Amino acid sequence: MSSPPAIQTTNLRKEFGSKVAVADLTLQVEPGEIFGFLGPNGAGKTTSMKMLLGLTAPTSGEATLLGQPLGDRRARARIGFLPEHFRFHEWLSAAEFLDLHGRLYDMERSARRKVIPELLELVGLADRAGTRLSAFSKGMLQRIGLAQALLNDPRLVFLDEPTSGLDPLGRRLVRNIINSLREEGTAVFLNSHLLGEIELTCDRVAFIREGKVLRVTSLAELQEEALQVRLRVGAPDPALLHGLEQFGSDIRLERGDGVVSLSVSHERCLPQIAQWLVSEGYTLYELSPQRLSLEERFIQIIGDRLTE
Amino acid sequence: MNDLRRTLATIYNIALLTIRETQRRRILWIALLMGALFLLIFGLGFHFIMVDFEAEFSAREPAESFDALVANFLMLAGLFVINFLSIAIAALLSAGSISGEVESHTVETMVTKPLRRWEVVLGKWVGFAVILTLYLLLLAGGVLLIAYLRSGKALDNLPAGLGLMVLSTLTMLSLSILGGTRLSTLANGALAFMLYATAFVGGWVEQIGALLRNETAVDIGIASSLIMPADVLWKKALILFQPSVRGSMDVPAPFVAFSQPNENVVIYGALYALVFLLAALWVFSRRDL
Repeated sequence: MSSPPAIQTTNLRKEFGSKVAVADLTLQVEPGEIFGFLGPNGAGKTTSMKMLLGLTAPTSGEATLLGQPLGDRRARARIGFLPEHFRFHEWLSAAEFLDLHGRLYDMERSARRKVIPELLELVGLADRAGTRLSAFSKGMLQRIGLAQALLNDPRLVFLDEPTSGLDPLGRRLVRNIINSLREEGTAVFLNSHLLGEIELTCDRVAFIREGKVLRVTSLAELQEEALQVRLRVGAPDPALLHGLEQFGSDIRLERGDGVVSLSVSHERCLPQIAQWLVSEGYTLYELSPQRLSLEERFIQIIGDRLTE
Repeated sequence: MNDLRRTLATIYNIALLTIRETQRRRILWIALLMGALFLLIFGLGFHFIMVDFEAEFSAREPAESFDALVANFLMLAGLFVINFLSIAIAALLSAGSISGEVESHTVETMVTKPLRRWEVVLGKWVGFAVILTLYLLLLAGGVLLIAYLRSGKALDNLPAGLGLMVLSTLTMLSLSILGGTRLSTLANGALAFMLYATAFVGGWVEQIGALLRNETAVDIGIASSLIMPADVLWKKALILFQPSVRGSMDVPAPFVAFSQPNENVVIYGALYALVFLLAALWVFSRRDL
């Protein structure tokens, strides 16, 4: 029997009074999948995550985590969470902090004794076990928070902006941890503004705006389809621009000698464009595909309009 | 069975955390230091006042009973201060305990663990209740011991009276824990103090009303003690402590009770502490974080 999806949601919706924070969240995250959750500020990312974690009750819709309904304590025993605005009990030492959360996971003393030094080692804080959290930098807090999210050998981990306070070394550490979670079959739900991080770690991403999932796609698919093509053609005319519409969108005549750019949805369009140009009698000097960064795709999908 | 064990374990863990927090943040030590300072002043004051009275009245006939009256008065004044201190500390400690952790998002990593939210609230309540009870008994014990060693006098009905003082503190604790599940720290602290002040002033109005036989004033006092029974519970304790000397001093002071509080005050106070606590558990379990 295959294991249930790590996350499955159907029409999850949250209203605060008359304001709709999340209109319709429908998605599925598989076991062992690293899932990125992308969207501008105020898109409903944090509210979505809070609903999944049982911090906020959905207005309507359904969801399961690890095959159990939201809020189920058996499921929560196998879930880890690093919140975005983490502030922990800063008067605890790092080891005491992990011990407290281990107790709250109902871990046996022997299990806590074994796993806490390992996790401190993993996040590079082994020599700070006895230091109080009040003396920790933001990056150190983020790392100890990550260790806290991994205490219970989770099957599903929620990370809300896990690298925002980290330097490049810290980010690489988080990336490596996420990769080893994937190898162990643990699903990760990653909420991040740092598209570069998402690009390096995620298997699939969901784009969300104004509380709606605009698109869910694998990163590989996104990269394959995200092509910008630059053409240099002798004597371009309006008919050329019109004719190119059958291959792609966002067609623009650039400044310079007959340079036209357009976005196409797939690589297989490239030979078709070349064939069409030649058959229509245009002189083709250059046809160069360029991959779009995730940031450029993000703006294409989400739009570049700033929300309030 | 396992469920009950886990519930108790969570309550125990959170209670322990709460106690450790007051320790680590030095709140407990400052409170104890102030308490020690108070006991020192009380001891000195008690001693010198007794010296004065003994010198003045030693020649007269009913010296023995007058000594007892003065010792009684001073002990009750001391206990009044302790009661007030405990209630203030109950509000100060607990007002921000839940709202503060909601505001700082600290609570989010806790309630996403495999536990029930109400267990966290109950754990905090238990932790604070333990601290406040020990604090009150320690200081009250100090006052009573000083008075006993110096004058050989003791108050009546000590266990019952001290129990009512503890209950008085717990009504404030439940109120401010409930407020903290919905209000901001500042609003909650202000609300708890305002309600206590209302009950306190209402208590005076009632006492004066009783003295002047003004029924409206008495009704106002009763209404205020229903809103916040901490003060009327103290008055009830006062009656218990001094059954033989009641009414013998004609000064309306917060540690002299003229009107006898209703017998049901104790039941009302216990229900108040319990219902407000249950309401806190319920509200916190249902709110969005």
